[in-house]
Amino acid sequence: MVKAEGVHKSFGKLEVLKGIDLEVQPGEVCCLLGPSGSGKSTFLRCINHLEKVTAGRLSVDGELVGYRQQGDKLYELRERETAAKRAEIGMVFQRFNLFPHMTALGNVIEAPLHVRRTSKAEAIAQGTSLLARVGLSDKVDSYPAQLSGGQQQRVAIARALAMKPKLMLFDEPTSALDPELVGEVLDVMRGLAKDGMTMVVVTHEMGFARDVGDTVVFMDGGVVVEQGAPKQVINDPQHPRTKAFLGKVL
Amino acid sequence: MTESQVTAPEQLVAVPVRHYGRYVSGVVVLVLLALLVRAFADAKNIHWEVFRRFLTVHNVLVGAWHTLEISVLAQLLGIALGIVVAVMRSSGNPVTGAVGWLYVWFFRGTPVLLQLFLWYNLGLVFPTILGHATPQIMTPFLAALLGLGINEGAYMAEIVRAGISAVDEGQTEAAQALGMRRGLLLRRVVLPQAMRVIIPPTGNEFINMLKTSSLAFAITYPELTRSVTDIYTNNLKIFELLFVAATWYLVITTVFTIGQFYLERRYARGSSRQLPPTPLQRLRAAVTR
Repeated sequence: MVKAEGVHKSFGKLEVLKGIDLEVQPGEVCCLLGPSGSGKSTFLRCINHLEKVTAGRLSVDGELVGYRQQGDKLYELRERETAAKRAEIGMVFQRFNLFPHMTALGNVIEAPLHVRRTSKAEAIAQGTSLLARVGLSDKVDSYPAQLSGGQQQRVAIARALAMKPKLMLFDEPTSALDPELVGEVLDVMRGLAKDGMTMVVVTHEMGFARDVGDTVVFMDGGVVVEQGAPKQVINDPQHPRTKAFLGKVL
Repeated sequence: MTESQVTAPEQLVAVPVRHYGRYVSGVVVLVLLALLVRAFADAKNIHWEVFRRFLTVHNVLVGAWHTLEISVLAQLLGIALGIVVAVMRSSGNPVTGAVGWLYVWFFRGTPVLLQLFLWYNLGLVFPTILGHATPQIMTPFLAALLGLGINEGAYMAEIVRAGISAVDEGQTEAAQALGMRRGLLLRRVVLPQAMRVIIPPTGNEFINMLKTSSLAFAITYPELTRSVTDIYTNNLKIFELLFVAATWYLVITTVFTIGQFYLERRYARGSSRQLPPTPLQRLRAAVTR
């Protein structure tokens, strides 16, 4: 579903990604771990072209994201084409980024209505059932400011699901939450994983990575240090940097 | 220590700080104000019956209407231009960005009175526009509308730009991640949130516009100030008629200030858990307390 080959990304002189090779199979849950500044969020944002890769190939479902390859050059796509590809990739942010001027339902039906141009009745029916799925049937008409962090993040997940994505990206979805609200968001994500959604998750939740992840990728300093099955990477890390990091967080 | 033993703690009454100075300064201000009002009310040279008579005379009402009309239209033109220029300047396209910058530079950098004269005298440069004599097209009304509206656009562009940049970048990212393109995400996500920042200064701009529109009297547009000056050059009741104009300006600005309050309240939706009370609600709360 996701295939990265030699992905590089620089911000000016600072090289954040120094050649990432990674593959995520359909239906797989891939957890990206690593210290802050290791480039995992940047890599995640490259997958839907919120950040532009500097070099390397990054494809989703067999198609390059944001670029067209001709010879040995990558030509950036027009906004219309990039937007069409982004519509198939759901993204959940650390700080929720719900639209504060719309209700929970308004947030969920916004993109189906105006990007997919589904009918209003259909969008509302789908939006209501998605909000029910994340356990927020009673918050349909609430504005984001009236919701707790965990509720907001669940609305954000419903909003991303409303576009029927084939891939979901999670950028530290629980890092901005109070500890007692983390569980409700992780439960929703567990449900998604069980339903076979392909997910790439940047997280610091070791428990989630170990229980739900099919693969765990440990990044540091802009490279993949170690990857493999969660039990192997988390319980029996081989690389000293992985050991050092896990020693601090576990 | 000893008092607390005499009285039970719950019988102790907290007394807020007494502001005796407020009573004193309040009285001083009221007296000064009364003296000022009396000075004008008693002034032998001001004929208040003239003021009352001309307050609702036909020409004054027409002038007030014209002031309102040109101000609303010019402000709307300014808002439309401001949004276009603000989007141009933040588009990342260097050509449109430079055009937007030049527009703001010129129209904000020259006096609006001069710009009114430029539009009004356009016929000196272009005697005909699309086959018609320019003076027939560039009426005082159109010259005033273009002069005031295009000038206003330069200020509105800056206000709108500030509003757009006040919206969190995460909003744009979330909209992009949902597959929205620039036009749609501006219209549906960014601008509605920018409105909260844009409206208060825009209300300010409009109230300025109501008064700046009086400059259009220099290009013979019959707005309120021109109506009263036309009358007082005949009857020489200068002060009375200036008071008439001042009264109407105050009436119009007051009405729009109230309208602005409710508009701001509407766009505060979602950003605060509870909307601020309306004056009526505040009054009711103060009475029933």
